[in-house]
Amino acid sequence: MAGASDQLVRLLALLPWLQAHPGVTKQVAAAAFGVTPLQLEKDLQLAFTCELPGQPEVFIDIDYLDSDRISVIDPATIDRPLRLRPDEAVALLVGLRALAAVPGLQDRNALDGALAKLEDATGLAGLTESEPGRAAPAPAAAAAEAVREGLAAHRRLHLQYWVPTRDEVTERDVDPMRIVSVDDTAYLEGYCHSSESVRTFRLDRIVEAVVLDTPAQSPGVPAPNEVAGVFRPGAGDQVVTLDLDASSRWVPEYYACETVAEQPDGGLRVTLRTSDSRLVTRLALRLSGGVAVVEPNEIRAEVTRLAQATLLLYGVSRRL
Amino acid sequence: MAQNKTERLLQVVLCLSQGRRSVSREQLRRAIPDYTACPSDEAFERMFERDKNELRELGIPLETSGEPGDEEVGYRIDRDAYALPDLHLTRDEMVAMALAARVWREQGPASAAARALLKLSAEGIDVDPTDLPAIEPRLSGGEAAFGPLTAAVSQRRAVRFAYRAARETKSHLRHLQPWGVVSQRGRWYVVGHDLDRDAARVFRLSRIDGEVTAVGAPSAFVVPTDAALRSRVDVFAAAGPESEAVLLVQPGAGYGLRRRATAPAASVVVDGAPWDRLTVANAGIYPFAEEVASYGPVVVVESPPELRDAVIANLQAVLAGQGRR
Repeated sequence: MAGASDQLVRLLALLPWLQAHPGVTKQVAAAAFGVTPLQLEKDLQLAFTCELPGQPEVFIDIDYLDSDRISVIDPATIDRPLRLRPDEAVALLVGLRALAAVPGLQDRNALDGALAKLEDATGLAGLTESEPGRAAPAPAAAAAEAVREGLAAHRRLHLQYWVPTRDEVTERDVDPMRIVSVDDTAYLEGYCHSSESVRTFRLDRIVEAVVLDTPAQSPGVPAPNEVAGVFRPGAGDQVVTLDLDASSRWVPEYYACETVAEQPDGGLRVTLRTSDSRLVTRLALRLSGGVAVVEPNEIRAEVTRLAQATLLLYGVSRRL
Repeated sequence: MAQNKTERLLQVVLCLSQGRRSVSREQLRRAIPDYTACPSDEAFERMFERDKNELRELGIPLETSGEPGDEEVGYRIDRDAYALPDLHLTRDEMVAMALAARVWREQGPASAAARALLKLSAEGIDVDPTDLPAIEPRLSGGEAAFGPLTAAVSQRRAVRFAYRAARETKSHLRHLQPWGVVSQRGRWYVVGHDLDRDAARVFRLSRIDGEVTAVGAPSAFVVPTDAALRSRVDVFAAAGPESEAVLLVQPGAGYGLRRRATAPAASVVVDGAPWDRLTVANAGIYPFAEEVASYGPVVVVESPPELRDAVIANLQAVLAGQGRR
C-alpha cells in the first residue's frame, strides 16, 4: 500500500526533475532521490512501459536504455512537479524561520526571498508567523560575518571571546568546523589551538574575529554528529550538587545536568559537571535563593562570600 | 492482477490529465487495464474508490464533475491546480532552502523537507550539498508537533496534547482550537482557544509531551478576527519596555554589560577605588536585577532605586537560600 504511494510520489517528482537535468547519470539521480540505482531502473521501466490502451499517443518517452545517462524526451503530462503538500511546505518554512531567527547566520535577502516565494506558491502565508527580522548589534554582526568567511574559505580565525562565567575576554586561534544554531543562538564549533581540543563558541559572545592567512587544519578528530546540548562537559570536571526550588525547575533545560531527581517540595536536586565553579556561583547569585549549593562546601561558601561582599558595597550587611 | 498498482495509479493520472474534458467512469473502466479486468461492477467501483482516495491523499487535485449517482459524473485532474508554479528561485534562495531542510532530526518532517527540495530543484537550480555553508540550524524540541498542528490550523480542527507548563512537574492533557503557529526568537508557539480554560492561550511546542492528536470535525471553529497571534506570543515571551540603568562596574569586568552600554564608559573614583560608570539599556527591573546580581561585587547599581533595591533583595534571598543547607 505505502510502497505504491511512495513509488508514485517519487515518479511524479522524478520525471520533471530528469527533464530539468538532461543527460544526468543514473548514479546521481538515484542519490538525489535517496534510492538505489536498481530501484531507479525499476521506476524508469515502469514509467516507460506505462501506456493507455485506447490512447496510443499518450506515453512517457525516456532515453535511458543504451547508456548510463538518462534523458526524458517527453514526460507526457507529468512535466511539472506536484504542488508542495502542506507538510512539505511547512517543513521548509519552519527551517527558513529557524535560520532567520539567528541574526547574522545567513544572507537576510536570500532568506526573505525564499520565505516570500514559498508562502506565495503554497498559499500558506499566515499559517506560520515569525517576528520581523532582528538586526544583530553592529560588532556582533561584523564578527559573525568574519566567522562565516573563515568557515567558507577554510581559514584560521583569531577570536576575542567573552567567557561570561569568568566575565573575561580571552584570545585564541580557532580552526572553524561548522556553525550550529539552536533556537535563536548560534554556536561556532572549531578546533581551539589554546585548549588543543574541539570547542564550541557562542557567536554572540565573539567580541572580534579576524580571518588569518593560515589555512584551517582538519583537527583529525571526527566532528560529532550531534551537539549534545551544545555544552559538553569534560570527564575531569568537578561534580556539583544543587537543590532547585520549583521556580528554578528550568535550569536542567539550559544546563547539561548529569542527574535530575524530583524533590518532595516540587523542586529538583540536580548534579552537573563543570570545569569552572564560576558558572555555578553566577547561577546561584542570579536566582535569588532558587538555587542552593548542596556540595561541594567550597562553592557554597564562595556564593555566600560573594553575596555578602556585594551587599557591603550597597551599605547593607547581613550575617546569618 | 497482472499489473502493478503504481502503474495503475500512474495510468489514472495520465488519463485524467489529458485535456480539459472530464472522463466518465465508463471511459476510465475501458482505458485502464486493471479496471477492465474487474469481474464485476462492484469490484471496479471498490478499486476505483480506493485509488481515487489514495490519489487525493497524495495531494493530487482529482476533481469530480456532476452529481454523485448521476449518469454523467466525470473526473479530471486540473493541471493548473496540480502543477507547482515556477518560483524563480535565485541560487542563494535555493541554498537557503537546502539549509532550512537541515533543521529536522525526526524522520517525518525530514523526509517531507527532502521531497519539497526535490520538487523545487525541478526548476533546474542545483546546490551541491558539499558546497553548502557548514551551518546547521536546530530546534530545541517539539519537532513532531509541527505537522499535526499546522494541519489542524488549516483544517480548523481541534487538537489534544499533553503539555508540561514551565513551572510544573507533570504534563496535563490540553484541548485547543489552534489559530496559528508562531515563532519568537527561534522558539515556536501555538496560539489558540483553550477549550479547558475557555480562553485564548499560548503553548510552547518544545513543552508538548508526545503526540498531537486531531479531534472532532474539520471547520469546527472560526479564528477570531482579533486573534493577534504575534502580540499574544510577545506577551507570553514577556519582553518589557526598555529602560536605562546607571551602573558602576570594576575596570576590566562586566563585559556582558559593557557591550550593551548606550554611551562610552566614564572612569570615576568612588571611596578611593576606580570604577567605570555605565548606562545600560534593559528590558525590565526583575530580570535585569538577577543579571546584575550574578556578577557579584564587581557591579553596583547607582540608579534607578527600584533596581538597586531589587538587587539587594535578590542577594539577601541568595544568602537565606544557602543558609537552608
